[in-house]
Amino acid sequence: MDNGKLISLKKITKTYQTGRIEVKALRGVDLDINKGEFLAIIGPSGSGKSTLMNIIGCLDIPTSGKYYLDGQPVEDMNIHKLASIRNKKIGFIFQNFNLLTYATAYENVEMPLIFAGKPGRIRKEKIMECLSSVGLADRAEHKPTELSGGEMQRVAIARALANDPEIILADEPTGNLDSRSGGEIIDLFEKLNQAGRSVVTITHDMNIASRCHRIIRLKDGLIESEKNNHQ
Amino acid sequence: MLFIKVILREFKSQKLRMALTVAGITWGTISITLLMAFSVGLEKQMMKSTYGLGKGIVILWPGQTTLVYEGLPQGRIIHFVPEDLDLIKEGAPGIDKISGEYLRWGVVVEYGKKQISKLVSGVYPEFEELRSHYAQVGGRFINELDFKHKRRVVYLGFGVAKEIFGDKDPVGEVILLNGIPFTVIGVMVKKLQNSNYHGPDEDYLVIPASSFVMIFGDPYFDNFVYSVKEGVDTKDVEKSLFKLLGAKYRFDPNDRHALWFWDVKEQAEVTSKAFFGINLFMWFIGGMTLLIAGVGVANIMYVAVRERTREIGTKIALGAEKKHILFQFMAEALAIAFAGGLLGILFSMVVCKLFRMLPLEGPLELLSQPTVNWPVAIITVITLSIIGFVAGFFPARKAASINPVEALRYE
Repeated sequence: MDNGKLISLKKITKTYQTGRIEVKALRGVDLDINKGEFLAIIGPSGSGKSTLMNIIGCLDIPTSGKYYLDGQPVEDMNIHKLASIRNKKIGFIFQNFNLLTYATAYENVEMPLIFAGKPGRIRKEKIMECLSSVGLADRAEHKPTELSGGEMQRVAIARALANDPEIILADEPTGNLDSRSGGEIIDLFEKLNQAGRSVVTITHDMNIASRCHRIIRLKDGLIESEKNNHQ
Repeated sequence: MLFIKVILREFKSQKLRMALTVAGITWGTISITLLMAFSVGLEKQMMKSTYGLGKGIVILWPGQTTLVYEGLPQGRIIHFVPEDLDLIKEGAPGIDKISGEYLRWGVVVEYGKKQISKLVSGVYPEFEELRSHYAQVGGRFINELDFKHKRRVVYLGFGVAKEIFGDKDPVGEVILLNGIPFTVIGVMVKKLQNSNYHGPDEDYLVIPASSFVMIFGDPYFDNFVYSVKEGVDTKDVEKSLFKLLGAKYRFDPNDRHALWFWDVKEQAEVTSKAFFGINLFMWFIGGMTLLIAGVGVANIMYVAVRERTREIGTKIALGAEKKHILFQFMAEALAIAFAGGLLGILFSMVVCKLFRMLPLEGPLELLSQPTVNWPVAIITVITLSIIGFVAGFFPARKAASINPVEALRYE
């Protein structure tokens, strides 16, 4: 396995201005994530987990510090480059799935492919491949309201996989699921990780965290502790 | 596909608001289209009825001198004689066709036991073209031979024909004019006519000028009717006629009352210009109505942006660029505008169709031809596009500039 650094964060801080109050969500985070890693970020509410995730996902920009993605400084990238990274390099998975409720599973998975400008024939192939990989090929024409929570999250994973991203970012992917469905999601993550993808997940569930290679604990905007599981 | 679903979803979740918005656009379109349709139709009918008198003609009457000229007093009455026809043809080359016209009121017209009193006009064959005296199928107007041989033939206005013959075909029948037999050779087709100088054309009888002189012995024309050649200014012809006839009848070419002109061509141009103004005004009113409807579209789009905040955040996270988000909302605004527009245009077309089926007579006939023509439809569509674009642009810009982090947190 190539152990090159995929993501490298140097002294990342993030300060939000909420009215007149400054909230320091991150106060100097140093973190390297290797290619093919399976990382869990844990920590209490308000510790900066989601903020860190948004910065890694190029949805938010740090107040200070450097972020290198594949060795490239993110701050130098324009909005088109960032959109392209979110589209092709990163696959997002959310706690509440964020599927389009009026669209079928098929159409939900199609969305990032449309943003990538892929032609219809290729889209169709890819969508079915992604849905199959999460075991939902037979649910392609179902709308989210006709699916269970676990199935919805699997559609979201298929959507995240559509453009073959190198890294999956999941923000409490099992937070809204029962333990069995949650287990299935983590099984999927393991499978993806074994196939060579980096997976970063925020979680509150220690059972899930324990299945990751490395656990980062955030507290008050700083990395409090770090633990390697399988080494 | 997905795009259509987005809009349908919006329609479902916002039934009343969407219905009102589309109704607003529909209403705006109807007002703009119908205003234009009636205006275009009215213009068409007005022009047609102006042409009922004659297309681009001038009518010339002799007047009375008001200026002393070459030792002659003012107040002399001018008369036109048949020889003037040749004089004018030679001396005013700008004239295309010309006919003198004799008139006699109160001629007794008899057919069988029917007896009425009518106006009879004696004219030259050119009159047919000049004054749109077209004959119904099975008949004809007075021709050169009728004129040359002083034939006793008569051409009837359709009103007269109906009055004398009812539903019977008059062509070939013999009627008496002041006791002298005339054969009917044709009946005028029905036409719209909004102006006249001796009663509507439907209401009198026409015979050859030569026969007229033979029977009634009139030495003078009542008036001339002429048309000018393509590209010739009727005003220049007027001036040359003042000079030409002034030289013959010895009146001052600047004596405005010696000759009287009615320039139908000029009048038609004025009418046309007036309609341009009316149309502009109609556009303004219709445009305003559509503008208000556009505000409704913008409003619903703002609501849509707010309600779809999280969706927008998700899309950005999945790699959507600003253009994708912009496109979605712009397209939706345009779709609403065009849906309303389509309904409006269809409704207007139905109204026009129904209106055309109404049996409108008399002055109302002018309103009987509302027309949704291409310019109307195209300008309506362009206006709708602008409205849709403007109404969609600001909400769409707002949507595209949403901060994805906040959008994903939005409940």
